[in-house]
Amino acid sequence: MAGQLIDAAGKPTPAETAQAGRPISDGPLAVALDDIAISFAVKGRPVFNAVAPTSLHVNEGEFVAIVGPTGCGKSTLLNATAGLLAPAGGTVSIFGEPLVGLNARAGYLFQQDALMPWKTALDNVAIALEIGGMRRGEAVAQAQDWLKRVGLARFTERYPHELSGGQRKRVALAQMLIRQPKILLMDEPFGPLDAQTRQIMGTLLLRLWAQDRKAVLFVTHDLEEAIALSDRVVIMSAGPEARIIGDYPIDLARPRDAAEIRLDPRFHALHRMIWNQLKAEVAKTYGDDMDGVEATS
Amino acid sequence: MKLHPVKLLFLQILVAVVVLAIWHIGATVPIGGDYLLPEFFFSKPLDVLSRVVELFVSGTIWKHLWITLTETVLAFIIGSVGGVVIGFWFARKPVVAAVFDPYVKMVNALPRVVLAPIFMLWLGLGIWSKVALGVTLVFFIVFFNVYQGVKEVSPVVLANARMMGMNERQLFRNVYWPSAMSWMFSSLHTAVGFALVGAVVGEYLGSAAGLGYLIHQAEGVFDVTGVFAGMFILAAFVLVIDWFVTRVENRLLVWRPQAASEQN
Repeated sequence: MAGQLIDAAGKPTPAETAQAGRPISDGPLAVALDDIAISFAVKGRPVFNAVAPTSLHVNEGEFVAIVGPTGCGKSTLLNATAGLLAPAGGTVSIFGEPLVGLNARAGYLFQQDALMPWKTALDNVAIALEIGGMRRGEAVAQAQDWLKRVGLARFTERYPHELSGGQRKRVALAQMLIRQPKILLMDEPFGPLDAQTRQIMGTLLLRLWAQDRKAVLFVTHDLEEAIALSDRVVIMSAGPEARIIGDYPIDLARPRDAAEIRLDPRFHALHRMIWNQLKAEVAKTYGDDMDGVEATS
Repeated sequence: MKLHPVKLLFLQILVAVVVLAIWHIGATVPIGGDYLLPEFFFSKPLDVLSRVVELFVSGTIWKHLWITLTETVLAFIIGSVGGVVIGFWFARKPVVAAVFDPYVKMVNALPRVVLAPIFMLWLGLGIWSKVALGVTLVFFIVFFNVYQGVKEVSPVVLANARMMGMNERQLFRNVYWPSAMSWMFSSLHTAVGFALVGAVVGEYLGSAAGLGYLIHQAEGVFDVTGVFAGMFILAAFVLVIDWFVTRVENRLLVWRPQAASEQN
């Protein structure tokens, strides 16, 4: 099992090397969240302000990771960008246009299993194209190609329950990427996986992303994962009234291997720096109770 | 602990042999001048067997089997279609569901047998009164399962499908429908079983053909052999239908973990 996964993930490709470096942002921002506030009205209780007015900008081709303690509203921010949730205040702009309804230019990778259990891996990926009106034959051919890219060429006819958690995530990744969305939204996508598989998936994600850089909003509670993958790490405070309390550029060279990069001295320096500042902020938000903080070093 | 298949089969047959032997001895060997199982009340296994053979050889049974099968299938189809349609409608329109909720509960709480005479009055003694009885049984099982199936669609799967760009029609086809069907198929055995119960009970209460009629006729003339023969055929009939349903179920629910593990 492990051998096969490592094979599939492989080493960073030349494509990633060629496009390495910080993205240039001439055009409009891929994602612009301005003074976003998100509240939930629960019957019989005061309105819960999950996210206090906060702003976040993501350039085209930029990989931004949002880190924060569990339940701080990171996912809520992501759902607002996806259009799955309407913010109580502020504006969401996608490539300069205000977002109306669902974000058709975004692909979403969920933390939980989101594959249709009644479809095979192949059908789960092909359907993403078929609903756009593509002929079945062509959609299947492309889906096969994508499953190969995520290392599942031999598992196309399996149903989700016949795949491991990591393999299901690979199918979901192919399902999201096959539509070539301009923006990738990921909500702790590798959260349910074991540490080893998470790193392999991280490397795979970086490799696929490097081929055709999209704007990425990657939510995680794991600071190490955030640094290993992203161009920028954004820290959110604990909710309620969560807000962004830190924004750190990650100047690690690409291509990266999500596992090996953790041995890099610069990685440690960045991690120490962010955590030192984060610790104080998080302690403030939590008061004396530090138990809930998961982004520990 | 798992038995070897051959040993298991042997033990299963042994149970039948022992029961039949006790039945046979009780009915034919007097103990202290008295029969333990008087033939008048219990018949004899060999008599029952020869009656079953006779029914098949003479061909009279086929008509009755056919009628019962037709009623069962019709009740199942009509009840299922109704259940699916109404189930979907209620699940997608919570207001409708809320309005009808007390009435659905009320009708479902009613023992359906009491409806049989009404149906006979309305639809006559032919097959349709039995079909109607079966439909009232099948409908609610399918209805509740489809309703649940649509309601319990995983919100994540749904959000994912929406993000993929599915419109309402595509969501119906790719998400709601398969989910509802999986719930419905999981109750397939119960639904088909109830369709058969409706048919047989209906026949029993008043008809001119069918397995229920056969058993009822035999009972009417104290023909215990006939009653047992009818029961035996009915049981075998149910087993055949059940086997068929299992085949269909395994075919349709191949994507489900349980179905797959049963196949292996």
